[in-house]
Amino acid sequence: MRLSVRQAAFDLGAEANAFTAGLTGAGAVVTFTGLVRDEGGRLAALEIEHYPGMTERAITAMMETAARRWYLADALVIHRHGRLAADEAIMMVATAARHRAEAFAAAEFLMDYLKSRAPFWKKEFGPDGAEWVTAKDADEAALRRW
Amino acid sequence: MQLDVLYFAWLRERIGLPRERVETHAATVAGLVAELAAREDRYALAFADLASVRVALDQELAEFTAPLAGVREVAFFPPMTGG
Repeated sequence: MRLSVRQAAFDLGAEANAFTAGLTGAGAVVTFTGLVRDEGGRLAALEIEHYPGMTERAITAMMETAARRWYLADALVIHRHGRLAADEAIMMVATAARHRAEAFAAAEFLMDYLKSRAPFWKKEFGPDGAEWVTAKDADEAALRRW
Repeated sequence: MQLDVLYFAWLRERIGLPRERVETHAATVAGLVAELAAREDRYALAFADLASVRVALDQELAEFTAPLAGVREVAFFPPMTGG
């Protein structure tokens, strides 16, 4: 398992290839990539703050839970922080399992938990100034299915 | 007891600092919040609506009723918006 919390951009293709190349015995790889939405052209930039230390702890715990529950062959999480422009990649998740149902479920589980249990906070910069993104009830509700 | 208290996102902005060392005799998180809120308006404002504040004790999410005994680091922040 590998976790990278960083400011720098990542190469989705290179990460997916390296992840897949390291596998033995897996039949399915799922990758998800999150991008900065431009909000209809209104978003100038997105700033992501995080809690160094707790971020790594929280995500590692989620990855260990996912690995046990879906018998993952491997998992990867990359999540960026700092200032990002519209259309940039914020984060990616990759999961590898024997079959695709497990790989998809584990990726969705990790996404749901990253959204509301990893200590990141987004601030949007637009034409009317800056505003903190508020958590959605739907994000909290999404955790209940697990 | 001395605690490192950290603030993130709009709590950090309202209070005006990212972290501070706090001397307290509070037994629980709620007790610490009451002490902080009584200090100055900026703290009272930051802790005015606890429904939109989360707390972590030594980097683990916790409840406001949680005891502070043995804790070294307390962090206050809004609901998380990662992913």
